[in-house]
Amino acid sequence: MLSMSVDSMFVHKMWVDKELSKMVTAKTVPFPMLSDGGGSIGKIYGVYDKDEGVDIRGRFLIDPDGIIQAYEMVAPPVGRNIPETLRQIQAFQLVREGKGTKATPSGWRPGKTVLEPGPDLVGNVWKVWTVDQAFD
Amino acid sequence: MAEKPAVGCKRPSAKVAKSPEETQQPETPVTQGEQHMIQIGQKAPDFTAPAYFNNEFTEVKLSDHLGKWVVLCFYPGDFTFV
Repeated sequence: MLSMSVDSMFVHKMWVDKELSKMVTAKTVPFPMLSDGGGSIGKIYGVYDKDEGVDIRGRFLIDPDGIIQAYEMVAPPVGRNIPETLRQIQAFQLVREGKGTKATPSGWRPGKTVLEPGPDLVGNVWKVWTVDQAFD
Repeated sequence: MAEKPAVGCKRPSAKVAKSPEETQQPETPVTQGEQHMIQIGQKAPDFTAPAYFNNEFTEVKLSDHLGKWVVLCFYPGDFTFV
């Protein structure tokens, strides 16, 4: 887990000391907080808002080979859904372990039906998966 | 995590890692609307950035995390409520 904003690392420290340390049980932020002064990294990731001079809420999942598997962009006033990020990581890990033999349908969570795409599954998803499984 | 940067009065800045070809070649003019965009299935652009972690100032290189899943989260700014 890496976080990044255009603030300097000095401001990151002040934010941890003054506010974040009071919000987390560990009293410290458990991941590195990176500084993207000028937005040079935000620009190449397509999250830099040049009018506001900030990196908007972009989230990238990068696999062990350094390949981008997922991303999400959210405008500043709306926060992220952390369980969804965790769910996606769990799904991508399962898919990766399956080496192309497995796929996770809509709403998948650990324990729910995993699909094994192939000739036999074509037109037969309805036999193994129902729409209610898309919801919690 | 790479080595610690010297903490002086200068504000350290992040650096986008460039491949040797990119640094040798003269800048190719990028036409409007043809800007390089992030795509699923492509390599995440590598970078080095100053960081604050465990009450220390340090430096983080994305490619040092190869072999692990990485969640990279951008946000508008410290103290911005959400």
